Amino acid sequence: MSAKSGVFSSSIVRKVWMSLTGLFLCSFLVVHLLGNLTLLRSDAGAAEAFNAYAHFMTTFPLIKITSYLLYFSILFHAVWGIMLEIKNRKARPVAYAYNNPSANSSWASRKMSLLGTIILVFIATHMYHFWAQMHFGTIPLDASGNKDLYTVVMEFFRHPSFGIPATLLYVVSMAALAFHLHHGFQSAFQTLGVNHRKYTPIIEKVGLVFSIAIPLAFAIIPVYIFLT
Amino acid sequence: MNLTLKIWRQSGPKDKGAMKTYPIQGVEADMSFLEMMDMLNEQLVGKGEEPVVFDHDCREGICGSCSMYINGEAHGPGRGITTCQLHMRSFNDGDTIYIEPWRAKAFPVIKDLMVDRSSFDRVIAAGGYVSVNTSGNTLDANAIPIPKEDADKAFDAATCIGCGACVATCKNSSAMLFVSAKVSQLALLPQGQVEAADRVLNMVHQMDLEGFGSCTNTGACEVECPKGISLENIARMNREFLTAAVSAD
Repeated sequence: MSAKSGVFSSSIVRKVWMSLTGLFLCSFLVVHLLGNLTLLRSDAGAAEAFNAYAHFMTTFPLIKITSYLLYFSILFHAVWGIMLEIKNRKARPVAYAYNNPSANSSWASRKMSLLGTIILVFIATHMYHFWAQMHFGTIPLDASGNKDLYTVVMEFFRHPSFGIPATLLYVVSMAALAFHLHHGFQSAFQTLGVNHRKYTPIIEKVGLVFSIAIPLAFAIIPVYIFLT
Repeated sequence: MNLTLKIWRQSGPKDKGAMKTYPIQGVEADMSFLEMMDMLNEQLVGKGEEPVVFDHDCREGICGSCSMYINGEAHGPGRGITTCQLHMRSFNDGDTIYIEPWRAKAFPVIKDLMVDRSSFDRVIAAGGYVSVNTSGNTLDANAIPIPKEDADKAFDAATCIGCGACVATCKNSSAMLFVSAKVSQLALLPQGQVEAADRVLNMVHQMDLEGFGSCTNTGACEVECPKGISLENIARMNREFLTAAVSAD
């Protein structure tokens, strides 16, 4: 069949990859947040609990395998998304002299590539500061013999000169993530063909709660550390 | 009322084109937008200038010809209407109105506000039909029972007039709403299901070849569609396509 050769490079299949990697990254956000919430504990065992979690996340085999899939998904979602954006821009070589897109669509839905780029830059700096330190840096050990990432995090956000810009960067990036998720979550289901009179409104509500709750909880952590 | 029109003028496909300003006086609120354009053209012809070329035909919202991007929206402000159904009462005295052609690589400008929408025709030719026996033994379509719900959905999809407002509005110049309406109207009916898999694969393939962008689910098309074609059709086409992609030989 003539069209068959073009099926997997079709615009629909390209979007399905964005949708699947996007939803996978959503699941990662939940896992990542659950661990990070330890940073909000103020009891004596908080530091060791967090370090044990960080140690587990970097050494447990199943998590390690999943982490490679995660790195791949982040890169794929970003590169693929940029490629789609370039292709989409080429579909309109001459722009409108006067356009009023806010009359028919949400800001977030039109700015997914901008929001995604902010998130990508954030992920790069975030991984440089913590992920790279944990994997390749020389971090002192805590009482249980785990790398003391807890102290690294605390000192990072309480740094006399970098503390404020670092906290701001995290808050702004989480705002970008919130808008990205608000459109992306429900959009992923539409791309996969899930559109139902009864279930789509539920997906949209879950997406709204998800897009507010997850980034908000993430953003509270650096602000809390900075203020205490 | 007196208005200032800023209209895209382009002498031909090769011309670069530019926005030009035209003041117009004595526009009545009851005029349709196209009547206002006729009035402008009469004035231009009277002055020995070239009239503004624009597509129009039925002037009752059925043919889908009157493609104009007015004040940043396909068919202007207002919902569920084409340009011919837009009336000057939607504007105020002293307003400046921007009038541009549909913008998409797949809709090249022929002249001024008129664009070439034959890319839609080629998408239809790729599979937007049902093969029917015309040897004299044609079956009565009404002889096949069809669930009311399916018939309604197929009819809703079939109300697409192929005007191209979805493409013009979409930030990606995507034709997904148009193609999905055409895929849905046939896929929902028993007569269309025979060729459903090949149809969706071929039509999407042709859509991609024409240079339309991909869908990012902004939903702008559904809002600007004069016939209210639902995004549900795009999801249905995605389902049809993915199923066909993994099952067709």
